[in-house]
Amino acid sequence: MSSRSFAIGLGSTPKRVLPGFGLSLGISLTFVSLMLLLPMTGLFGQLAGLSLAEYWAIITNERVVASYVVTIGAAAVAAIVNAAFGLLLAWVLVRYTFPGKRLLDALMDLPFALPTAVAGITLATLYSSNGWMGQLLEPLGLQVAYTWVGIALAMSFTSIPFVVRTVQPVLEDMPNEMDEAALTLGASDFTGFRRVILPHLWPALVTGTGLAFVRSLGEFGAIIFIAGNMPYETEITALMIFVRLQEYDYAGASAIASVVLFVSLALLLAINIWQGRFIKRLHGGHG
Amino acid sequence: MQRIGDGVAVRRLLIGAAVVLAALFLLLPLVAIFAQAFARGIDVFWANVTNHYTLAAIQLTLFIAVLTIPVCLVFGVALAWLVTRFRFPGRRILQTLIDIPFAVSPVVAGLVYLLLYGRTGWLGSWLDGHDIQLMFAWPGILLVTIFVTCPFVARELIPLMQAQGSREEEAAVTLGAPGWTIFRRVTLPNIRWALLYGVILTNARAVGEFGAVSVVSGAIRGQTNTLPLHLEQLYQDYNTVGAFASASLLALIALLTLVAKAGLEWRAARREVHP
Repeated sequence: MSSRSFAIGLGSTPKRVLPGFGLSLGISLTFVSLMLLLPMTGLFGQLAGLSLAEYWAIITNERVVASYVVTIGAAAVAAIVNAAFGLLLAWVLVRYTFPGKRLLDALMDLPFALPTAVAGITLATLYSSNGWMGQLLEPLGLQVAYTWVGIALAMSFTSIPFVVRTVQPVLEDMPNEMDEAALTLGASDFTGFRRVILPHLWPALVTGTGLAFVRSLGEFGAIIFIAGNMPYETEITALMIFVRLQEYDYAGASAIASVVLFVSLALLLAINIWQGRFIKRLHGGHG
Repeated sequence: MQRIGDGVAVRRLLIGAAVVLAALFLLLPLVAIFAQAFARGIDVFWANVTNHYTLAAIQLTLFIAVLTIPVCLVFGVALAWLVTRFRFPGRRILQTLIDIPFAVSPVVAGLVYLLLYGRTGWLGSWLDGHDIQLMFAWPGILLVTIFVTCPFVARELIPLMQAQGSREEEAAVTLGAPGWTIFRRVTLPNIRWALLYGVILTNARAVGEFGAVSVVSGAIRGQTNTLPLHLEQLYQDYNTVGAFASASLLALIALLTLVAKAGLEWRAARREVHP
């Protein structure tokens, strides 16, 4: 029994033993209020100036709707590709030893460490028609730069660590006995993976892929250079906000931003609930 | 013991696929940055880096990072101490709130600050009346940079401090140590590496932030251009070599971040084996 539960068990009101409650609460609340919550009032203030009909007209504008389709479509493709690629990378990094493994592991964090604008101009240069990759792919009929494929590629690049780093620890903690049991019972590698390992990894894989998807929806710097930014075709929603701002249409920018904000917060909440439910199941309801 | 996927053929196939794909997808862009930066020789690279506008951008970027880090550090430590050492109503909500910057698109982050502190905002118009301009100037860049980077230190510290528990600190209280001494002598040695990594991540994001900064900066060459905005301008002006010269400096910081992370992880692993 830990000392904490002992102390709580004795007294009727838990007493705060450690100092610094007031100070740390003060700093945290001040910061959260001033830096995170106060700025949101600006957005709501701007939205309050719009009638419902005006708001609806802005967010269902044809060009804006086209940008939702491009953003969500490319993010979905990027998330699915990343689920497969991230699972492969996590598997190889956990299950095998090979020369260069540490380097590969370190490389996984590159998309988080590399500034998005740097990733953006690099991918655009690599996949343009005279870039290293573009030269190879274009004769095959695959044009990446300035198409939605480029947008999906940039999204995939910036969000791959989410999948790898979410799946990796779960795979590491998986007991070897599960593999052994499956193989002893005569399962093939493929059946064993599908019936034993995948169900175990599934919650982590869905969480990682979901986080990657949310990140892709909001990504800006890595995408705008490779996207081409053609209205109705390769324009992402984050860029639409930017375009409205450059036109000094603050109300329009705020309305579109509120849609992006709502969708990403709702998805994040859904991921948290999904993750919470799974953790409870694993720890027998004590999570 | 035999495990799933341990057969030689399967293993070789999977390792091969992972290495080839990662090389094409992750390593090639990294190589390309430096190849482009040095495409016209080291003299041109050096001329680009020491160009007046590039130096001004480097200066502003470092200035912003230097101011951001202490703010994030104080907030991160205070928040981590608060949520891991005390139980109080609203603790969960507070922990969720600090993830907002990670969920919000950088452009939206820049926008909310522009709406509040810009001339049309309720706070901005008041400040404007007192001749204080935050947007399209460095204070605006600093504010949005703090916004996007503030979760890093807290996110590194919270799981670690949660796992370590507060027994050592409680013992120190029993022995009569004052609060500040407890933090400095007991807590800090336990969390210093996570703290360092949190700072490194904060720095990496602070020097590289693009979307939020481009909304509030105004991108005035030599004045409110950070390095990422500067390289965007060069790239749009078809000065590819110049853009990649600036990009290579940022890529170098990213590489140092990865090396630092690998180093700290190696340290942690060694300590687990030989405690």
